[in-house]
Amino acid sequence: MTTEPSEVASGDALVTALIGAVHDTILAHRDELCDLDRAIGDADHGHNMARGFEAVAAASDEIAALPFGKALQKIGTTLVMKVGGASGPLYGSALMAAGKAGEDAPTSLVEVVARLEAAVDAVKQRGKSDVGAKTMLDVLVPVTEALKAGPADPLATARGTAAEALEATRPMVATKGRAAFLGERSAGHLDPGARSSELIIDAVCDVVEGR
Amino acid sequence: MSDNVAIVIVSHSRDVAKGAADMVHQMVGEEVRVAYAGGTEDGGLGTDVAAIMAAIETVWTEKGVAVLVDLGGAETNSEMAIEMLPDGKGEKVQILDAPVVEGAVMAATEAAGGSSLAEVRATAEDFGS
Repeated sequence: MTTEPSEVASGDALVTALIGAVHDTILAHRDELCDLDRAIGDADHGHNMARGFEAVAAASDEIAALPFGKALQKIGTTLVMKVGGASGPLYGSALMAAGKAGEDAPTSLVEVVARLEAAVDAVKQRGKSDVGAKTMLDVLVPVTEALKAGPADPLATARGTAAEALEATRPMVATKGRAAFLGERSAGHLDPGARSSELIIDAVCDVVEGR
Repeated sequence: MSDNVAIVIVSHSRDVAKGAADMVHQMVGEEVRVAYAGGTEDGGLGTDVAAIMAAIETVWTEKGVAVLVDLGGAETNSEMAIEMLPDGKGEKVQILDAPVVEGAVMAATEAAGGSSLAEVRATAEDFGS
């Protein structure tokens, strides 16, 4: 029954750092995400994600006080209620599912992969989609698979796989979401949801690396 | 107040959602309760889970609520809103696969006669197919 300040602080610090890093990267790339979305969607992905993560950042202290799993769930419900686009329920469901996969912060790659798999399943279900439809799943699934293989350097693998997978969305023809209306014309542009997923993965890697 | 199946209209645009709701109201009057959710919290184009939940709660009836949606995100956000409704209310809320304006009018017309949610759905979805 220990509630030593240091122990509580370490859990707090991780969640606070994750929220801060993701919030920063989304705000820094807000216009880029809107530009990508302008090409094949409705130009609001950056604004929507920024609105969501600003709400998350505003509640950062409250969220960080929760156990890790509950904190992820709270971030998820905040995104659902605040984003105002399809990305809200998609990222929200992903984080809610990842949060339900366990109370404590993951201490091994296997535990990280279990949460990622739960998140990926939730996105597939919510979006009624899968890989190859030019969506965030085209980044999340390859990264999850690559980490599942137990690479020697998980952070480098996650970053590298995310970057390659993002680039691979460029020639894809969208079959889900607003971009699907464009059909063949959606080819030749990066998917904005894939880009935001890659940005988030990168930011999470930064936090883990800095520990 | 009427206990017929109620209608909720969800559009990325507040004006579209309100306009469709106005049309329904003009056609069926007080027989069918109708609510709408359109636009984001800050007045832009988009859909908002909290607003969709509030719209459903406003017209809630045990007989059920039919939801009409426009583009992609409206459907995803409406599904999320329905799942998040308290007390298992979501089981009596269905998203209809029909165009938002025509579907809402057809659904409301059917609902005004006291039809079940399944009948309302069938009428709206059969329209134009």
